[in-house]
Amino acid sequence: MSEGRVDAPSSQLPELGPPCGWDPGQQRGARTRGSGVRGRAVPQGRGRVGEAGKGWAWAGPSPTAALHPGFGSPAPALGVLVPDAASSGPGCREPACPAGPAPFPRASSLFLMLLPPGPSLLAPLNFTGTSCRGHLRPQPFWFNYRHVANTLSVYRSVKRLGIPDSHIVLMLADDMACNPRNPKPATVFSHKNMELNVYGDDVEVDYRSYEVTVENFLRVLTGRVPPSTPRSKRLLSDDRSNILIYMTGHGGNGFLKFQDSEEITNVELADAFEQMWQKRRYHEMLFIIDTCQGASMYERFYSPNVMALASSQVGEDSLSHQPDLAIGVHLMDRYTFYVLEFLEEIHPASQANMNDLFQVCPKSLCVSTPGHRTDLFQRNPQNVLITDFFGSVRKVEITTERVALNHLKCQKDEELTEPLNYAEQLPVAQIIHQKPKQKEWHPPGGFILGLWALILMVFFKTYGIKHMKYVF
Amino acid sequence: MYVGNYGKDPGLGRAGVRSWPYHLLVLCVLLNPFTPLSLTFLKMRRMDLISFQRCHVLCSLYPLAMGLLLDSHRRRALARLLLRLNTPLCVVSYVAGVVWFLALAFSPLTQNTYISENAMGSTMVEEQFEGGEHALSYARDFIAQRRKTGNLPVAWLERTMRSVGLEVYSQSFSRTLPFPDETHERYMVSGTNVYGILRAPRAASTESLVLIVPSSPGTLNAQAVGLLLSLAAYFRSQIYWAKDIIFLVTEHDLLGTEAWLEAYHDVNITGMQSSALRGRAGAIQAAVALELNSDVVTSLDVAVEGLNGQLPNLDLLNLFHAFCQKEALLCTLQGKLQHSDWASLGGSLHGLQTLMLMVLRQASGRPHGPHGLFLRYHVEAITLRGINSFRQYKYDMTAVGKTLEGMFRKLNNLLERLHQSYFFYLLPSLSRFVSIGLYMPAIGFLLFIPGLKALELWVKLNKVDFSPEEQLGPLQLVGQDVRGVALTPLVAPVLISQATGLALYLLPVMGQHVAAQHFPVAEAEAVVLTLLAIYVAGLALPHSTHRVVSSTPRGPDSGWMALKLLALLYLALQLGCISLFNFSLGFLLAVTMVPAAALTQPSGPRLLYAVLLVLVSPGATLLGSLFLWRELQEAPLTLAEGWQLFLGALAQGVLDHHLYGALLFPLLSLGLYPCWLLFWNVLFWK
Repeated sequence: MSEGRVDAPSSQLPELGPPCGWDPGQQRGARTRGSGVRGRAVPQGRGRVGEAGKGWAWAGPSPTAALHPGFGSPAPALGVLVPDAASSGPGCREPACPAGPAPFPRASSLFLMLLPPGPSLLAPLNFTGTSCRGHLRPQPFWFNYRHVANTLSVYRSVKRLGIPDSHIVLMLADDMACNPRNPKPATVFSHKNMELNVYGDDVEVDYRSYEVTVENFLRVLTGRVPPSTPRSKRLLSDDRSNILIYMTGHGGNGFLKFQDSEEITNVELADAFEQMWQKRRYHEMLFIIDTCQGASMYERFYSPNVMALASSQVGEDSLSHQPDLAIGVHLMDRYTFYVLEFLEEIHPASQANMNDLFQVCPKSLCVSTPGHRTDLFQRNPQNVLITDFFGSVRKVEITTERVALNHLKCQKDEELTEPLNYAEQLPVAQIIHQKPKQKEWHPPGGFILGLWALILMVFFKTYGIKHMKYVF
Repeated sequence: MYVGNYGKDPGLGRAGVRSWPYHLLVLCVLLNPFTPLSLTFLKMRRMDLISFQRCHVLCSLYPLAMGLLLDSHRRRALARLLLRLNTPLCVVSYVAGVVWFLALAFSPLTQNTYISENAMGSTMVEEQFEGGEHALSYARDFIAQRRKTGNLPVAWLERTMRSVGLEVYSQSFSRTLPFPDETHERYMVSGTNVYGILRAPRAASTESLVLIVPSSPGTLNAQAVGLLLSLAAYFRSQIYWAKDIIFLVTEHDLLGTEAWLEAYHDVNITGMQSSALRGRAGAIQAAVALELNSDVVTSLDVAVEGLNGQLPNLDLLNLFHAFCQKEALLCTLQGKLQHSDWASLGGSLHGLQTLMLMVLRQASGRPHGPHGLFLRYHVEAITLRGINSFRQYKYDMTAVGKTLEGMFRKLNNLLERLHQSYFFYLLPSLSRFVSIGLYMPAIGFLLFIPGLKALELWVKLNKVDFSPEEQLGPLQLVGQDVRGVALTPLVAPVLISQATGLALYLLPVMGQHVAAQHFPVAEAEAVVLTLLAIYVAGLALPHSTHRVVSSTPRGPDSGWMALKLLALLYLALQLGCISLFNFSLGFLLAVTMVPAAALTQPSGPRLLYAVLLVLVSPGATLLGSLFLWRELQEAPLTLAEGWQLFLGALAQGVLDHHLYGALLFPLLSLGLYPCWLLFWNVLFWK
């Protein structure tokens, strides 16, 4: 199974009204794709502010700064956006206009997780809560519990580091928490000490059970989804998005199984990444796969700015970990178990870099030999922070200087103050090609009241009040 | 498609050589040693590369062989070669077959068992069953109630099952046997099955597992009933069930099981009268039958052989074995412990002994426990029997219960029916098995012999064909009446043997009352004695019929040769078919009948042939198997005991056919016995 996560900044804004001065065309033209340039352009020495709750000031110029205010908690962000002179690099002269519709926080990373191996039955699943209601659930392969736990633990980590569900595409083929075989319903544990319930309280699964197919996965990656696809099921990334893809499942040399019937090959995956690159759907990508012979999955990659990790070399099996007698299955795979252990130590201000991630799970622990590939990546892994992919952290500069905003007149202010006309959201009449039905005439309320009063008066006049008992 | 000189032979077109027999022969010869090939289709998932290679070999050999045969020169050369080498080939093939079979217990041909089903995986279960004492108190209550009511205490069972939280139903059934069963002392049987369903708390009722305990007057299985109730109470308190679990107590052992299964699947195939079931629980995925008659056990014996030699999926047995090892229980197969050192000679011989016992039991085609009837409905099932011997170390009900808990917990994890592992196998021990691809060559070698013999006879019957000088001449000069096979004289013997077989099948049961009236015997004895009488009478009946019918002057030997050719092909066909679904039966019959059949001819030491032929007749094989069986169990029989056992086995065989649909009796009486009579006919051909 695979889960992938992609973290993507988003070009989600248009409907919400772009911040003034925001001009996609201009930006696109202005920015070169060489991310290195942008990276270098960022002044160093800024403080990092971790989770957004910390205060008024976040939104900073990380490499992808201008386009990604983070998402920790959007509320303060809406109010105060600190215009940062440095960030007004090419095309970035849009310090948000406090008056206008606030720019929606944009994703710096969008997250795609996949878990494909699968069940043989199909039935609706409801993942919105943690209670398992209803009886007709699909019964997935119970022994794949560990793959679900793998995925959910990575999901948990990225969420903990500040990436919201809106930037995560989570694909789970099996619903282990609600499996009737689960002796501890509504939980998925990653450790046999039962301390960490990775299912948590709010899991938002975007693709589930039989929706998790190779086709859907590739469509999500490449953006070729049907127009009816809701936003939560799309990978809304652009050329400033850092994407993390995590996959796990049963695989072999050059393929990873999806459900019980199909598989994705390393060539298909490499081509999909190339297509993403050509369509400017990512800036940098981190690909992690935990499966047998995982290294075979990244050996065909040829697109730039991709860094890849795998749990095992070609010819090796990835092994499971944490056998639990009460639940009756292995709870996790070794590689992801140690990755999770590593990620639990990461906090938004951590300076841990990719080299540290490469050291996770040495052969003495993993039994298999984890591999990584960095030749396509342009930065030195030592300079790539874990939080560049796993978290939503941006550089923030706190300034004590007063900034005068007067000269930054919004050119479109006048237009924006005009009343806006909204299109009808659901034009039913057009859809069904009918004219709205004419309202039938209805007598006014007073008339009816009067009529009833008349009837009662006639009634009492006729029978008198003392005959009421015969009536009732 | 054909290569070689097939198309170029000038003789072929003009003379119109019938080529179909050659096609048939070649196919027979080629297919014979590769019988496992056809079987690989039964195990689609396990089709190995070797089979594919065999396929290729076959496909390339066929046109080659046809080219050889249809070219007259080569055909002659081949025919000469065949005649010269026939006897040594047959001997070598027979020896190879027998040696191959005996070698099955030795290490290169056996593999270690392993669980193939991922969904069951390992024995990762935390067994928490502690209700052993509870089970014993239930068992004591059961015995008391049983004594009070005289038969199965239905009301008490229902009450108790309901009190532990099951949905309880009962089913009554009745059956009049075709003739009194003296072994179990029953004739008109009526009884009641009680079952309780534990509904899976968080899953739909689409699949179920069955725990079944047979309880009949002879074997109460009180402790098993107690353990069943105690397990039901424990299982009820767990929340992880994804399949319903049916706890079933049947009366009159297999009859009750048959009645319940037929009603559950809403079929009636054996004329059982039973009330309909009011509660069901979805498709049964697996079943475990339990037989315990003592408060403690020293070992658990597992029985796998089912009706008509069907076997459950090997994974179920592997699961049982895995939990045996986990709980450190002593587990036996065919009553034999595992030898500690498998690789040694002693270990292998021990394995051979166990394997022979399994072959004999499987060949009998009887269900060796209630599980045997489940297999017909494609429900994988095994029977566990508690053995209480004189060993020092005993296990209590808790240990047995934990084993069952573990097995059910793992079966609960299944998503599909058990299908990953083998359905056709032989077991030299619980931890080793022989797969179908490895044991089928044994019978392939044996069936090679009738093929070769038939080929030889065919060549002899067409002997003009291989006179070396002429090319076209013989085909033109010799008419059809001299060459080839005359079929008319064969009609009478074939018809008479088949009619005798039909009589053997029908008369004993139909004529039991008549026989009981005219002779001082009971019905059951009448059936057996009629059976024997018809069987023996068959030997005397048909010899000289052909003289009346056949008038055409042919070669002096052509008559019996044609009959033998027909009989050989008939025998090979039957044995081939039988060995497909019941290897053990096929092999036992082949190893005895084939050499005698190959040797039989109306000249030479006829008395010797006659004795040999009688010794390998199906009845004699049955008698011999009984002696061998007891010998292997280290409880040898005296002759008188053996004869009594033989009579009992005959009656049981007929009963099994009528009660459960066992196929051994019709197979022998309608198929192999007539075929054997044909050889008898050949022997006394004049």
